Amino acid sequence: MTKDYRHTLSVLVKHNLNTLSRIIGIFSAKGFELASVTFASEADPGMARVTITTYGDEKTVEQINKHLHNVVDVLKVTDLTHKKCIERELAIIKVSTAKVGRPEIMLIAQAFKAKVIDITSDKLALEVTGNTDKVDAMIEVLKPYGIAEMSRSGSVALKREFQGAVNIN
Amino acid sequence: MDVPATLKPVQKPTSDAQTHNGAELLIKTLADLGVDTIFGYPGGAVLPIYDALFNNHDLKHVLVRHEQAGVHAADGYSRSTGKPGVVLATSGPGATNTVTGIATAMMDSIPLVVLSGQVPTSVIGNDAFQEADIVGITRPITKQNYLVRDVNNLESVLREAFHIATHGRPGPVLVDMPKDMLNSRAKFKGTKDVDIPSFKPTIHGHQPQIAKAARMLSEAKRPLIYVGGGAILGEAWKEVTEFAERLNIPVTTTLMGLGAFPESKPQSVGMLGMHGTWYANMAMTECDVLLAVGARFDDRVTGRLNGFSQNSRKIHIDIDPSCIGKNVDVEVPIVGDVKRVIPAIDKLATPPQISEWWDTIHTWKKEHPLVVPKADDQIYPQHMIKMISEITEGNAIVVTDVGQHQMWAAQHYQYNHPRSWITSGGLGTMGFGFPAAMGAAMACPDRDVVCITGDGGFQMLTCELATAVEYKIPVKIAIMNNACLGMVRQWQQLFFDNRTSYSVFGSNNPDFVKMADAYGMIGMRATNPKEMREVLEKGMAIKDAPVLMDFSVVKEENCYPMVPSGAALFEMVESDEECKK
Ligand SMILES: Cc1ncc(C[n+]2csc(CCOP(=O)(O)OP(=O)(O)O)c2C)c(N)n1
Repeated sequence: MTKDYRHTLSVLVKHNLNTLSRIIGIFSAKGFELASVTFASEADPGMARVTITTYGDEKTVEQINKHLHNVVDVLKVTDLTHKKCIERELAIIKVSTAKVGRPEIMLIAQAFKAKVIDITSDKLALEVTGNTDKVDAMIEVLKPYGIAEMSRSGSVALKREFQGAVNIN
Repeated sequence: MDVPATLKPVQKPTSDAQTHNGAELLIKTLADLGVDTIFGYPGGAVLPIYDALFNNHDLKHVLVRHEQAGVHAADGYSRSTGKPGVVLATSGPGATNTVTGIATAMMDSIPLVVLSGQVPTSVIGNDAFQEADIVGITRPITKQNYLVRDVNNLESVLREAFHIATHGRPGPVLVDMPKDMLNSRAKFKGTKDVDIPSFKPTIHGHQPQIAKAARMLSEAKRPLIYVGGGAILGEAWKEVTEFAERLNIPVTTTLMGLGAFPESKPQSVGMLGMHGTWYANMAMTECDVLLAVGARFDDRVTGRLNGFSQNSRKIHIDIDPSCIGKNVDVEVPIVGDVKRVIPAIDKLATPPQISEWWDTIHTWKKEHPLVVPKADDQIYPQHMIKMISEITEGNAIVVTDVGQHQMWAAQHYQYNHPRSWITSGGLGTMGFGFPAAMGAAMACPDRDVVCITGDGGFQMLTCELATAVEYKIPVKIAIMNNACLGMVRQWQQLFFDNRTSYSVFGSNNPDFVKMADAYGMIGMRATNPKEMREVLEKGMAIKDAPVLMDFSVVKEENCYPMVPSGAALFEMVESDEECKK
């Protein structure tokens, strides 16, 4: 058995809900893990891109890949896991300021280059963008202060054009 | 767009030679696609289609008595010919009645196009009368499905549906058609080409893998070819047979692969799996190079996975990449059409030196033949199958239901021809046999079609006796009547301490001969071997009408060899006594 990894799959599909349902159906019917999924139109009319993050060993992800390919309206599946890719996720997090006051929370926000997008008497709403690891990290740091509510977009990702050795994140 | 009034086409609302309503367009397109028979049942949402079928001579419509049977009949039509089967059902309950049939076809990769009526587009989603979200319901059991809202798309969707159903790994496709769309008008285009950029199955195998496979087989000491239903679906029986004969490699087939390699050939070791032959299961266990051809390492074939063919290097050819490496790790995966890949391997391979391997197999065959009880004055199930095999000279199309009779029919009839064995393998659908046999008999009027069924499964769709009589479908129904749900009883006896909970009909079965009589067809009964021969000879001689033959067989007989669930192939048992241990 190989180890479970987080995989990001970018799936180019014909834009219709039947296709999206078929893709989700693979995960529920075959018992594959679905960590996040985004679905939105492509620049090309009639097309859409589904970005999926999932966990599994190489064999499982290969099966997922093949099943996705078998969906008639799927044009292309790219596994970005072992490729250089640009990946972003956005999260809006409402944190309680009751325990420590605003400045401390804002300091943390600054460290993560997050924006304050709403202020109330006892909460701050922060917007953070970055790869999933960064969003995860910020959530971990904020947890002790009390996260009232949050909403994550799920990952969107594309392959980098240049696949050589660089690291601009 | 503004067009001068003089250039505007004259709008003729009805009976325009240039345009057709959706229903007419449907019939026209089906005929253009070469469809000659459809199995259907009417209802409100499809009345426009039935109106278009009235006095239509391009298509034969067969009025079944239950939509599930309609799908099974279309399925049998397809399995016996390779052509796609076509079904028509109304919205709501008509459509939901097709579900078991569609799932059956999906599991066995049978190309079907199921046409369902739908409520008018304006009320879709309103819980309208006889509305069911059939596209949603059938999504996991179809290869693709469509809701056609615009009549202008109907023709191209239908062409796409047939293309998808029949290309790559075949499967059922459903097209849902709202009533208002069927009444709207559009032009018939007649463009035959279908181009779906997202649907391009891989046909030719990867050449380096093909070369590697050829090398492995040529150097093998104990090779085995394991042939599945894919060789039938891909019409590769000739290629497989020539290949195996030239290399003189033993061949086992799965339940779905029966007929892909003639069992009369010396290379045949018969069927493998849960009720496979001892020698096929042992060959699978002991082989050193395994060539899987359009088979999918189903759990009924492999038994306990960590005891399955542990020492073999595996080559797997399949058109569906998701079948490869799913249950069993494979060293040489080859995605492609078996009809192309097998000859490509054949070109590069040389016959391996395997006389010792053959000696071993011959010893197994001699020491562990298929078990057949000694003849006496009762009908043993195995003898019933053997007699049918003998009287039809192995040339019939055998269609079965699901249960013990299915396994005995697989074991004891000698299959030498492809598309001559029709059974629900993947889903194991009781009720499948009789309607599927009707479909096969309609598709192949020159062949004898025998439906070997159980008294349980036959009762699931006996309504179709009316269809068989109405259309004079010459199907021979042979009921292996053990007055119980035999396969369930066998498992209860062997694994539940013989507590035969709700599996014995006893005297609660109907009188099947009287039943045949009530439908106006010939029915005969046999209770001993002598009567059995008379009944079979008489029954098989009837060529222009259905006939029902009720054979009272020994009730307690169990089907062996058997790989108990959870056991490895080599742990199969050959008798009740052995099973107790
Ligand atoms: C629709 C359906 N329901 C239940 C089953 C489970 N099942 C498998 S075999 C079997 C018994 C079949 O009995 P019968 O048709 O009399 O055939 P026999 O085994 O006696 O030959 C049953 C109930 C099934 N396969 N399909």
